[in-house]
Amino acid sequence: MKPERVPGRYIREEDLRRLPGVIEYTPTARYSYSAGQALSEFLRGLKDGRILGKLCPSCRRVLVPPRVYCEFCFTPTTEWVEVTGAGRVETAVTSYIGAARERLEKPEIIGVIRLDAPGHAENSFDFAGLFHKLCGVTEDDVKSGRVIGMRVKPRWKPVHERMGSILDIECFEPLQPREVV
Amino acid sequence: MRVAVVGVGWYGFKPTVPELSFREMMFEAAVRAYEDAGLDPRRDVDAFISCQEDFWEGIAISDEFAPEPIGGVLRPTMTITGDGLQCVGQAYMMIKSGAFNVVAVEAHAKPSDIMSPQEIYEFSLDPNIRTLKIPNPLFQAGLDAVAYMRRSGASREHLAMVAVKNKVRGLLNPRASHSAKVTLDQVLDSKPVIHPLTRYEIAGFTDVAINVVLASEDVARRLGDKHVWVEGIWWATEVGTGAVEWHEWGRMPSMRLAALGAYKLAGVEDPLRQTDFSEVEDRFSYMELLSLEELGLGGGGAHRMLESGYYNPEGGYPVNPSGGSLSMGVTLEATGLSRLLEVVLQLRGEAGGVQLKDVRRAVVASWRGPPTYTSIVAVVSRD
Amino acid sequence: MKSNIFVKDKVAIVGAGLTLFRRRLLETPRELAWEASREALSSAGLTLKDIDCIVVGSAPDAFDGIHMKGEYLADGSGGFNKPVVRVFVGGGTGVMVPVVAWWHVASGLCKTVLAVGEEKMSHAYPHPQGVFAYIWDPILERPLGPNLIWIFALEMRRYMHVCNASKEDIALVSVKNKRNALDHPAAQAAAKITVDDVLKSEVLVWPVQLLDISPVSDGAAALVLASESVARRVTDTPVWVEGIGFTLDNTHWYNRDLAYPRYLEYAARMAYKMAGIERPWKEIDVAEPYDPFDYKELHHIEGLMLARRCEAPKLLKEGYFDRSGELPTSPGGGLLGVGNPIAAAGVMKVAELFWQLRYEAGARQVKKPVHKAVANAWGDLMQAGTVVVLST
Repeated sequence: MKPERVPGRYIREEDLRRLPGVIEYTPTARYSYSAGQALSEFLRGLKDGRILGKLCPSCRRVLVPPRVYCEFCFTPTTEWVEVTGAGRVETAVTSYIGAARERLEKPEIIGVIRLDAPGHAENSFDFAGLFHKLCGVTEDDVKSGRVIGMRVKPRWKPVHERMGSILDIECFEPLQPREVV
Repeated sequence: MRVAVVGVGWYGFKPTVPELSFREMMFEAAVRAYEDAGLDPRRDVDAFISCQEDFWEGIAISDEFAPEPIGGVLRPTMTITGDGLQCVGQAYMMIKSGAFNVVAVEAHAKPSDIMSPQEIYEFSLDPNIRTLKIPNPLFQAGLDAVAYMRRSGASREHLAMVAVKNKVRGLLNPRASHSAKVTLDQVLDSKPVIHPLTRYEIAGFTDVAINVVLASEDVARRLGDKHVWVEGIWWATEVGTGAVEWHEWGRMPSMRLAALGAYKLAGVEDPLRQTDFSEVEDRFSYMELLSLEELGLGGGGAHRMLESGYYNPEGGYPVNPSGGSLSMGVTLEATGLSRLLEVVLQLRGEAGGVQLKDVRRAVVASWRGPPTYTSIVAVVSRD
Repeated sequence: MKSNIFVKDKVAIVGAGLTLFRRRLLETPRELAWEASREALSSAGLTLKDIDCIVVGSAPDAFDGIHMKGEYLADGSGGFNKPVVRVFVGGGTGVMVPVVAWWHVASGLCKTVLAVGEEKMSHAYPHPQGVFAYIWDPILERPLGPNLIWIFALEMRRYMHVCNASKEDIALVSVKNKRNALDHPAAQAAAKITVDDVLKSEVLVWPVQLLDISPVSDGAAALVLASESVARRVTDTPVWVEGIGFTLDNTHWYNRDLAYPRYLEYAARMAYKMAGIERPWKEIDVAEPYDPFDYKELHHIEGLMLARRCEAPKLLKEGYFDRSGELPTSPGGGLLGVGNPIAAAGVMKVAELFWQLRYEAGARQVKKPVHKAVANAWGDLMQAGTVVVLST
């Protein structure tokens, strides 16, 4: 039976700590990312409580988040278009762990929101959308699938707390019955 | 089947490009390259390769950001962690295999976004070497410079002369942001940063995105007569960065092996006679001389040839007529593509203020920089 | 793309080798690469002197804890005074390694290539998950403090919703692959488990639970590829690389429907076209779809067009993908069973098909006769598809 030999020596974490010559090293890697033309304007919009997209003159789709090019047509995008921020939940999950796999005290619900934006066909494969936290929905809504397709809108942070960041949106929350955005 | 460069495009060549994100720079370079080639990336390009490295980008899987700005979405797109010329080498193989007609190669650098470049260089050292806490992680360049001088008989002045030649020449090149009017005395009187190299002899950083489109012979001929042939390209790694003690100090065997491979593919036996000029590695002053020796362009000693003015733009064999990296800056993984770009523009007669007369064939050579011992060499020509 | 009749040199795999896959190995990354390389070379009856070129694959530098990891791994992978390149398409790297090695040989520029995948995730401390904090868009995504599993859970949830697949349906993949791995000598996570065990395991990001995921691993895997003339000389049973394919979808993963792996279908179509395969669901005998998560195997079976959309869960339940089934998938145990040292895991999948096609897999050998096989890997922000089609 192949493979005939599988070299390698397993060690347990406790044993690793006891080995001579273990080097602990934390790299220093700091960056100041340039947001660029498209995202700078987008972030300024968030500060004003507005979600901005950019129009592709070729396929007529409004791209959110905005980019200076439409990656499908390879065309520079043109006009800025504000979208309402309302949309439908495309998919959602409940996280019980944080970024470093630590258990969270209170689980978080995260989703992808398909935003109402001009130029996209209903249920199209590609759409305008954002990745964000969801509030006002329960773990059970996620499990049962009730959350998928739910109409939501952004809940904004108070004006004085906004910094021009994706976190200026606190989360997306369900629209009230008959609420129009 | 021959392989040609059919289009080039770039954006930046400035110490900082604050107005655009790296993705937007990539887009601007790509648009220009496809326009130069007369190709539509969404229809005419069979594959896309980006040369990049995670810690230069500040993103752990930076490959994610490669496809959109270069037209590679839902198309064969990949990344190689290497100098841009290594990507050109992959494109060369892909076209030679017969399975691809047109391949676009991209590399970019936004060192102005990196707040801790020295520390990132340190992170590229073997963990055992890191524990030595050597103050400057580029120390290997100093060791090689000293060993090279000792072996070849080149003096401090020879190294400084490289810096003067390239820094001053760059004043004629709009892409050479680090060019300067310097004198030999200014270089020699400056304090060494890494002994024996002074600040004038260590290239600074530059932001840029470069895109190069390669195509098979039939496509190249159909597109017109701007194409430049890649007659041969090869690369080699001498040793891994975990085994620097095996490196042959004062030499660059990877450059020698890469050159032998490229010359063999191009049918070049005597490069000094059979090629007209070269753009070679010069991120440290000594590297220009050492590269020339390893490339077989050193005659009876590269430093003596330099002293005689043979490598000057108006000399017998111009070297780095663009001003080289010392003038244009280190563009991280786009460094090799900067050299190739300058050669393509020269051969097409589009090099403006740095244009040489009657050049037909050139050598392009790049090294991945410390602490690596990987080099890439190409022979490029026009009809 | 042109059909492979124009390709200059036919390319074969003539050797394969693996190290042990474990949560933590004593060997350094270079040593792991060397061990796997040595096994691959000796299985082909070759030495490093016979190798022209090296292709290395490894995922984020942050795992092994060294910037420019390819340069570090070079000599461990046999890259001593030889041409070396490192490929990197995130988790898709493992299968991209033989793809890139393919054109090294097909171009006629290298007669033999050593293709190595290595990953040492145990270096990242306290947990390799921390490394994944840096894969995101630094402006739009990283501020949300995402965990990598979030996005895969989002994809799984969408797949479950659109295909009406249950957690139980999906858990069967984990049960099958961990069982298959019981016969794999390198396996880290082989186990006899039930659907119930999966459903009772720690909930990480619902719907993803601990046993839905492949483990964190150290390990390396290597292949030797050769041109037809060399292959015929060194072995009676070369395995031909008949097709290669690769695709990247857009970076804006939250701007597309995650229910279907479009990136993989595009890559697979490229590889099948090259291999002259028109009906993969009939022509492929055995497959190694990439399975870092259990739902991903089903997703990828559909993307590889081995089953219709949303049909994979039903076929799985019927035993269609078992070792004794009509189209065995991950007969070696896949990533869920053998382990997931990222780039090495993809190479391991291709190695498994190499052994299956040569009838050398012993207890893991599938019951049906095999002639054509396909493997894929996947990576980045759910956007990279890499595919190879092999045949005897």
